[in-house]
Parts: sequence; structure tokens; C-alpha cells
Amino acid sequence: MSTSAAPGPGGAALDPAALDPAAFDPAAFDPAAPFRCSPKVAVRPESFGALVYHFGTRRLSFLKTPELVDVVSGLEHHPSVHAAIEAAGVEQSQRPAYLRALAGLAANGTIEERS
Amino acid sequence: MKLVEHFQYGLSSPICLTWELTYACNLACVHCLSSSGRRDPRELSTQECKAVVDELRRMQVFYVNIGGGEPTVRPDFWELLDYSIDHDVGVKFSTNGIKLDRKRADQLARTDYVDVQISLDGATAEINDQVRGPGSYATAVRALENLAEAGFAQPKISVVMTRQNVDQLDEFAAIAATFGAQLRITRLRPSGRGADVWDELHPLPSQQRQLYDWLVAHGDNVLTGDSFFHLSAYGEALPGLNLCGAGRVVCLIDPVGDVYACPFAIHDQFLAGNVRSPGGFGEVWQNSALFTELRQPQTGGACQSCMHYDSCQGGCMAAKFFTGLPLDGPDPECVRGFGEAALAARDGSIAVPTSQVDHSRPGPRPRVPVTIGMPSLRGSAGGGPAMQPDKACETSPLVGMPGDPSDSRLRVPAAGS
Repeated sequence: MSTSAAPGPGGAALDPAALDPAAFDPAAFDPAAPFRCSPKVAVRPESFGALVYHFGTRRLSFLKTPELVDVVSGLEHHPSVHAAIEAAGVEQSQRPAYLRALAGLAANGTIEERS
Repeated sequence: MKLVEHFQYGLSSPICLTWELTYACNLACVHCLSSSGRRDPRELSTQECKAVVDELRRMQVFYVNIGGGEPTVRPDFWELLDYSIDHDVGVKFSTNGIKLDRKRADQLARTDYVDVQISLDGATAEINDQVRGPGSYATAVRALENLAEAGFAQPKISVVMTRQNVDQLDEFAAIAATFGAQLRITRLRPSGRGADVWDELHPLPSQQRQLYDWLVAHGDNVLTGDSFFHLSAYGEALPGLNLCGAGRVVCLIDPVGDVYACPFAIHDQFLAGNVRSPGGFGEVWQNSALFTELRQPQTGGACQSCMHYDSCQGGCMAAKFFTGLPLDGPDPECVRGFGEAALAARDGSIAVPTSQVDHSRPGPRPRVPVTIGMPSLRGSAGGGPAMQPDKACETSPLVGMPGDPSDSRLRVPAAGS
């Protein structure tokens, strides 16, 4: 078994494509809405991107690319998730994967809709 | 690059930091990985501990695993607990329960960012007390009762798996359910006094398989500290980080401030520095020669050609070290049996390393009656030195916090590779 398929803690795989689709409802995530990084979240820069810790849920997550860190950090400065992705310079072909990742981050409370 | 490959090269700060506050302990467990018993006069003072917390906060170490010894016998334990939590460093502490009366349980139930882990190494007093000492089962159960009555949400029950208690896995799960607790099981390691009993207590090969099968069937809500990754070679990889995190994402600060690569490697060879030295813990973590070396790519050595190398990564560094096996060879509990073969092949010319750090109280150490399984094989390995225990990484670099289905909280919601 390759490391790429090794499940992460809790059974979630390290491979982002294997992010459990049952873990959140994609319909509940609206990337046209304004978002922000949760104030309960701390972001720790790492060589691969960042480690984020949610003090409320005590959950660790990993942002696996510097671009995703830029997106998450930039959310509050943009009118929508789409705009934050655009501003971070994410390639078109990568955007569906980023939206899935961001939907997961919304589901676990790392990012949240702002009013 | 996959995330796990990034972990091999180390992170800017540890994910899973174990901090043993004292070598003092009211118990004298036969397998104590830190050979605890007596307080060390050089232990960090209250102020020095607070300075470490300040530094962990600066380094964004979001939580620490506090242990010992028995950490709650430090008079300033509760002060340090509050200080750490107040400075955004969450605490999970391991205890035998000696100080968890109803009043402390109430206090803990009112505290955010604290997680409590009660050690229990038998589902019955008979099995538990053989390893942890007379009365220790009753103490642990009383602490669990107090926590439950106080409304403390989901404490952990932490079990070191031995030859004597593998058959009790279902009973441990039942005990956890009774107290609203979460079960955590970890690997017996040949570290500390564990070296003295590893031969008698480490699970037999058939029990390793039994344990693996149980984890696959029932492990969804069981924490493991990712300590059984060597069993992933049986087939399906177990949840968690299948990698030795020592010096990469894991380390230990011991009661006198010494920083070791992992909690199971208290030995000069794995000593990276001391928090009292210039630059403090951060300097040790980021620049020590030892940790720099541990973050080099590993070749796999004798295991490189094994089809299971990707899943077990050669197993536990400390397990190998304290059984006198080469660090680039198989784990002594390699599921393919290569570890047993390597142990048997040792000749008397190689001294099995022992730790110089021993705070055991004087007096004869209790022997563990072998009540289950085959007779000990000690001394049968060609007249070589007695086997020592192994084990390295019980501490998950991604330790689970309350509400998590796994000890490891690794979630990778990101795109990219």
C-alpha cells in the first residue's frame, strides 16, 4: 500500500480526493457567499502550507498547499470564496479540488460564513 | 509531495509534544517507560515550566500531552494546568487517578481545553494490578466514577496492550462505555522498566494478529496514538500516521528539561538538548544535530525490499534500539517474523542498550506472573543478552482531542499533493 493511500487519523485519507464525501453536505456550502477563517482557529505556517488548529473543536487540519493558505487567509478580504480563490491565483483546473477542500473546511468549522 | 513525506522532513514545531512533569510517582508499574518513582531534584521549577509554556505558545504548539511519573503529585500541577490553558496551550494529561477526587473532577469538568487520560492495564483488578501494583485498579475506577459524576465529557481510558490483556479488549470497551469514556490502546514498549518485562509481556504473534483484527473490526472509535502502525503490514493500513514521528513531529520534554526524540527513547543517543540551554526548546527543536539527522530521508535498510515497507516504515525506532536491533532493520514485532529472526540471530557480542535515566525507587522489582500464553523465551536466543523491549511512537503526532474518532486528528482537506 502506498503512503498516498494511507488513511489519516480517523480514517480520512491523506489523499484529498478521498476526503469523505459523507462528512459534509456540499449543498450547504455556498462559495458565492462571503467567508472568513474562524476566529477560534490558529494557522501555523509549515513548509507544505499550514497546520490549522480549531480551539473549539480541538481539531487539527492541514492546508496542503501555500495557495490554499492564501485562500483561507484571504477569505475575509473578498466578497466570496470564488473571489478569494481567484485572488490567490489558483489555476482553473485546480479549482474544483479547492472548492471541495474549502467545503470540508467549512463543514469542520475552520472557515465560516460571515455576515 | 504527500503530506506524510513532508512530515518525514520535520515540522516547524511539534504536533505532538509529550511533557513529563515529574519522575515522582505513587506507583511502580513494571513497564514504566520512564522508570519513574522518585522525584529528581533538578526538575523544572514552576517558573521554568511557565517559561516553557510561553515558548510553546510562541511556537504555536496547540496542546501538550502531560505525563510523568504521576504529574498530579506535583504540588503546582493544577497551577501549571491553568497557566497552560490560559495561554492557548491545551492539555491532555495522563494519570493513574490518585488525585482525582470529586472536587478535582468537578474542577476539570468546568475547564475547557483539558483532556484526561486514566491508565488501566487490565480490565480486571487481577490483571491490572499485576502490572500497575496493588490497589491501582480501584484507584483508576474511582477516578473514572468521579469524572462521570462530575459530568466530565469523555475521558480516555489508556491501556498498554500486553500478553495478559489482549483477550480483554471487549471488556475494556465495555468499561469505557460504562463511564462514557473513550478507549485508547497503545503498544507495550521496551523502554525504561519496560525493558525488564518486555519478553514476558509483549503480545505473542498470534495476539498481534488478534489485536489487528479487533482494531479493524471495532477500532473506529478507539484511539491508538498511531502506535500500531507496524501491524499495518497485515493488510489494510490502520488509521493514523504510519510513520515514526520521532524528532519530526513528536518529541519529549522530560522533568529536568531534557528533550528526547520521543517518549520511548529516554537514552543519551536520542537526547537532543535541554530547554534550559540558550535558545530554549525552540532551538533544540529546530536546530539540534540529532533532530536534523532524524529528518534525513531514510532508506529502509534491510526492510527496503519488503513489500510492506510503505505501510510500516520499518516500525518503531525505540523498539529496535532497546532490543539491540539495528535501526534500519525490522521492528522486533515485525508481523512477517523478521524481527523475531533478528532477535534470535543476535549474539552476545552486541550489548543491548539500557537507559542511564532511572528514578525507580529502591527495592526489588515485582515480577510479573505469566498467566496467559507461552512460557517466556528469555535466554533462549542463543545465549544472547536478555531481550529488551521496543517501542517508540505511542504518541501520535496528531493526537486526538475530545470528540474525535481517532487519536490522530489528521485531516487533509486540501488540494494538491
